[in-house]
Amino acid sequence: MQKAVAAEAGARLEGGWAEMLRDAASVAAVSIALAIPLVGFHLIDHLSTTQVEFRFGQLFYAVAVIFLGRLGLLLIGAGWARPIASFTSALSLAWLVNSAASAVPVAYPALGWFTFLLAATLAVRGWHTFYRDTAGAAAKARQAGLGAMVSRAAVHLTPFLVLVAVSVPFYAVMADDKRAVDLGILIFTYIMLGWGLNVVVGLAGLLDLGYVAFYAVGAYCYAIVSIELGLSFWESLPLAGALAATFGVLLGFPVLRLRGDYLAIVTLGFGEIIRIILLNWNELSNGPKGIGNIPRPGFFGIAFTASPPEGSIAFHEYFGLDYSPMHRQIFLYYIILVLAMVTNWFTLRIRKLPIGRAWEALREDETACRALGINPTNTKLTAFAIGAMFGGFAGAFFATRQGFISPESFNFLESAIILAIVVLGGMGSQIGVVIAAIVLIGGPEWFRDLELYRMLAFGALMVAIMIWRPQGLLAHRDPTIRLGVAGRGGTP
Amino acid sequence: MSAMLSVQGVHTFYGHIEALRGIDLEVRKGEIVALIGSNGAGKSTLLMTICGTPQAAKGRVVFDGRDITKVPTHEIMRSGIAQAPEGRRIFPRMTVLENLQMGASSAPPEHFAEDLERALAIFPILKERQGQRGGTLSGGEQQMLAIARALMSRPRLLLLDEPSLGLAPMTVRRIFQVIRDINRQGVTIFLVEQNAYHALRLAHRAYVMVTGTIGMTGTGAELLANREVRAAYLEGGVTEEVVAGGAP
Ligand SMILES: Nc1ncnc2c1ncn2[C@@H]1O[C@H](COP(=O)(O)OP(=O)(O)OP(=O)(O)O)[C@@H](O)[C@H]1O
Ligand SMILES: [Mg+2]
Repeated sequence: MQKAVAAEAGARLEGGWAEMLRDAASVAAVSIALAIPLVGFHLIDHLSTTQVEFRFGQLFYAVAVIFLGRLGLLLIGAGWARPIASFTSALSLAWLVNSAASAVPVAYPALGWFTFLLAATLAVRGWHTFYRDTAGAAAKARQAGLGAMVSRAAVHLTPFLVLVAVSVPFYAVMADDKRAVDLGILIFTYIMLGWGLNVVVGLAGLLDLGYVAFYAVGAYCYAIVSIELGLSFWESLPLAGALAATFGVLLGFPVLRLRGDYLAIVTLGFGEIIRIILLNWNELSNGPKGIGNIPRPGFFGIAFTASPPEGSIAFHEYFGLDYSPMHRQIFLYYIILVLAMVTNWFTLRIRKLPIGRAWEALREDETACRALGINPTNTKLTAFAIGAMFGGFAGAFFATRQGFISPESFNFLESAIILAIVVLGGMGSQIGVVIAAIVLIGGPEWFRDLELYRMLAFGALMVAIMIWRPQGLLAHRDPTIRLGVAGRGGTP
Repeated sequence: MSAMLSVQGVHTFYGHIEALRGIDLEVRKGEIVALIGSNGAGKSTLLMTICGTPQAAKGRVVFDGRDITKVPTHEIMRSGIAQAPEGRRIFPRMTVLENLQMGASSAPPEHFAEDLERALAIFPILKERQGQRGGTLSGGEQQMLAIARALMSRPRLLLLDEPSLGLAPMTVRRIFQVIRDINRQGVTIFLVEQNAYHALRLAHRAYVMVTGTIGMTGTGAELLANREVRAAYLEGGVTEEVVAGGAP
């Protein structure tokens, strides 16, 4: 059967073999030139001297993989999409299983991962080509409808999803699974950040690569205010949001005239500036050492501690429970759940108000907006301010959850992940953000055992999504005004 | 009759290129005024200058007695002027209804339902298509949406840039009919057109623009009868028979 397929495809190749081999060989030749310095030499540090070791085996392996990879790519183009895709899928799966279970030792682990990535890419490419060729237009139509379907379903599913979210801690208590609550907190933090950034990127169409700056401002604001002024979490929260919103406006002013790439670069710089200030302004932020002992939130003034200070009562005593560190985690979980829900509710509401509509229109055509009497300056600034405010809330929550913050937590990678959640979710889709956050944050947590390589898998996943759903997982936009509104009065 | 809009000695530059070289014209209350001219003459530039992007480098634009030369665009568009710009510029991802809602941005919200009804009565096809995304409308439907959207702000002066562009002859006649109806409802109209024949028949007065200056002016009928105008903008485009027989 496999042979028949191969024979058929082979017939189609019509002596293209020689050409493909030549192509693959020339790619391999180039890769030798590149790989000699990158892979070929290895510095060995002896106590006093350094020695150079030539790694012939690795070099040969790398070049062979590249040769085969290129050949595979050409074969996919020549009609062998399915066999190549099946083979590479099996190969990458085998590698994953093997590395998770560490069954068979591998000679060169790093190169192994390189091979895995190549194989996975080929698999993605192969299946993509295969389905594009076979399914064609019908599949496209189905895909386009999926977004609409999911968001229609989401309307009915929302109460159910909220119920699931609310009951996670119950499950965790019963199953004694502390990790579930922690993971839930993490995912909801990112969902909230995603929803916040969605206002700026998804609705207003302003590409912001420095969103983490507002997260940092909120976190530091809470840390400093609660330690220095002794304000409680709930008192500090509005302050953190307001300060972050102010920073949003501060960022907004200089970038008002910028679009696209330029806007992205400046916001990226802004994110770095905030981080570097926090790193160096020792008097304010305690520099790289960070701020510790940040007060944890209490339950209406009742602390979650094993041994409360003299004269006060702890949460478990008040409710007559045995002390468990999980109580606080569960409380934190509900805080972030509520914060996220408020963010979602607010965004859904504001989309239907003139300002929200103006954001979306601005994303589509700024000139037309101006011609309709919309002030682009105010519109953009409010988008930055409101997006930043939610970032600030999330930051304050982060600080109270961790109890310790340092500039390290607010690097560019965070911005990139939040942006990835918004973009992969489908720019402006609220439920898309939830799905993307679960996949991107939950996924790597579940695959923690892969350690560093999970970031590679993360990259591969993003590539896969970009190939299959270039518009994002759910690129569907719900109209804010419905049919029938116009018909209400009837025609004159 | 006093001028609703008056453009006085306006010069507009794109960098070093002088696109408008001293334009004088006026539009009086209740009129339909047409502006014709060849490609690149500066017609669209003039409409955009009235709206304040780009702003005039020299000269004045006065609307209802107020100098709006240096007023920001969004404020001008809130003072009773609306534009259906060149290329329509509707919001492609938003529905027809949402586009109309955007048009009403500068009108008091309590008028929305009434204005919507009026706009949909003028363009019944938009009523059928109200839930459809703007980008998926046909060219003619998009043009109607652009005009309807401009009307949603209850303008006293409506600026139209080539509303007949790319439309079938039937649709063109329909659009011009609608423009006349809108005018009868009390909206003053300043119309830029390539379709000189229709525009001049419709307009009370008209201007001919030649490379950034006003070459000629007169009533629509005068210009329609003018030999130079006929040679430059009508002959070849519209034949005698049509001129004689094709009343809109
Ligand atoms: N943004 C711009 N930057 C530089 N030059 C411009 C710009 N917009 C228009 N121009 C130039 O200004 C001149 C007038 O252009 P305009 O669009 O006003 O012409 P028009 O009369 O509307 O022509 P058409 O009938 O083809 O629409 C042209 O030479 C054009 O190339
Ligand atoms: Mg033009």
